[in-house]
Amino acid sequence: MSIIEVNNLTKYYGKSRGIVDVSFNVEEGEIFGFIGPNGAGKSTTIRLLLSLIHPTSGSMQIFGKNVVDNGPEIRRDIGYLPSEVFYYEGMKVIDLLKYSASFYARDCTTRMQELSEIMELDMNRRISDLSYGNKKKVGIVQGLLHSPKLLFLDEPTAGLDPLMQRKFFDLIRKENKNGVTVFFSSHILGEVQRLCNRVGIIREGRIVETSDIRTLQQNNYKKIHVTGSGMDSSTFKLPGVTNLTSENGTQHFFFKGDINVVLQKLYGLQVSDVTIEEPTLEEIFMHYYE
Amino acid sequence: MNINIFRYEFRARRKSVLIWGGSLAALILLFFSIFPGFAGQAALVDELMKKFPPALLEAFGMSRLNMASVTGFYSIIFLFAQICLAIQAGNYGFGLVSIEEAEWTADFLLTKPASRVQILTSKLLAAFASLTLTNLVIWISTFLAIALFSDGREVDMNAVILMLLSVMIFQLFFLCVGLVISLIVKRIRSVTPYSLGLGFGAYILSAFSGIFGDVALEYITPFKQIDPAYIAEHGSFNTPLLLLNIGITVISLAASYWLYLRRDIKAAV
Repeated sequence: MSIIEVNNLTKYYGKSRGIVDVSFNVEEGEIFGFIGPNGAGKSTTIRLLLSLIHPTSGSMQIFGKNVVDNGPEIRRDIGYLPSEVFYYEGMKVIDLLKYSASFYARDCTTRMQELSEIMELDMNRRISDLSYGNKKKVGIVQGLLHSPKLLFLDEPTAGLDPLMQRKFFDLIRKENKNGVTVFFSSHILGEVQRLCNRVGIIREGRIVETSDIRTLQQNNYKKIHVTGSGMDSSTFKLPGVTNLTSENGTQHFFFKGDINVVLQKLYGLQVSDVTIEEPTLEEIFMHYYE
Repeated sequence: MNINIFRYEFRARRKSVLIWGGSLAALILLFFSIFPGFAGQAALVDELMKKFPPALLEAFGMSRLNMASVTGFYSIIFLFAQICLAIQAGNYGFGLVSIEEAEWTADFLLTKPASRVQILTSKLLAAFASLTLTNLVIWISTFLAIALFSDGREVDMNAVILMLLSVMIFQLFFLCVGLVISLIVKRIRSVTPYSLGLGFGAYILSAFSGIFGDVALEYITPFKQIDPAYIAEHGSFNTPLLLLNIGITVISLAASYWLYLRRDIKAAV
């Protein structure tokens, strides 16, 4: 069953574009990466799914239920960590977490303790005294304490130091192993690459591509470096070759197509070193944005 | 209605209720404490009053009043109390959802499993509870003031009770009108200028209508719709105007729900 099903979703803020005709599915138990630069519509999509804003047209379903009609019921099993966290400044961390927990039917006390220990969060401090990174930790505990089935993470790592980021990723992976579906929005491709099974790429409000992260890397491009004598920039002028650069006798290029074409070419050359590698997501990504 | 939201919202206004309630009690008791001296020299006071420009007296609702009577005197205090009540209720109305959005905590609350109707209803009831505490303070201080300082003179309890009963209607007007304006205006950064504007604006409209005589504008201001001078003079409400007041409140309330259910909560940054 698809946990999230979005069809032709469109949102305009007055005349300015939010997202246009966005469709995708997120399956149960996967970590779905949602990538795109700032302003592409990532947050708009998440805010629509959480009923914080209302769609101009199109439909969304979560857990098989229409989001617009069943918001409160759906939100019982949703955890949300926004990119910018804001909480009631006058409250203590513990009071905020208790307030948050009070909205859910189950008892969240042990989970709350557990999570605070993992994230090294001091629960007796006042929210207004917390640094940005510590507020983010409050956000993480708050988003997870009711053991949601679906997690929305909107650029969650901003403000966390690398050590905490790692703990956070471990936590998300563990949740995911226990069956939690994760919707992970980010513009940092490295972290999406590390964590996600599948990605959707959004650009200027439209989905450009949704695919398995492996297919995205494999089916598209190979990154090739060749060093040897008697070759120049014209040697690899083959169909399927792009971004050809030459540097100290080494030719760098991307190749898309039947890899045998390149191998045949290499066969007739005096090669001293060759590397064929997967491009990083970053490099693939740039391609979509050209 | 969600008891958790109610409790949080109610607690958040504890300090405010304490300050407004304390100030109103002080206003009523201190102001009323000069009554015995005032009434004792009624003739002198009347002489004094004649020296003021009639327009000024009209503005303060003093032109038709018998200042030497307990009810007449109380109605002037009540007018000042009304100004405070208007600002307090306006504060709560304007801030009911806008503070949460200005401080970006709306995201937290609205992603919890509570419907918008539940959220708005709980917030409204919490604000209403806070206003009712203030209302209670006014009742108690009024009776206390009359008992202590009425100087054994006759009190038209009927008129006093009518004024006290009008407090709730008056508060609800500013609560609901403030709320609906806050939902229509794009973004409220600070609540106080709005509530001061609405409170004093409504008062000035009523005061000026007294000066200029027949201006229809006066009918939309609660200070005319629930005019203490009128109640003191007639011993009854001006029923059509009172109904108009309640009508505006009900329409504002309904419009607020309609707008809030359709509202897009803006993202930070």
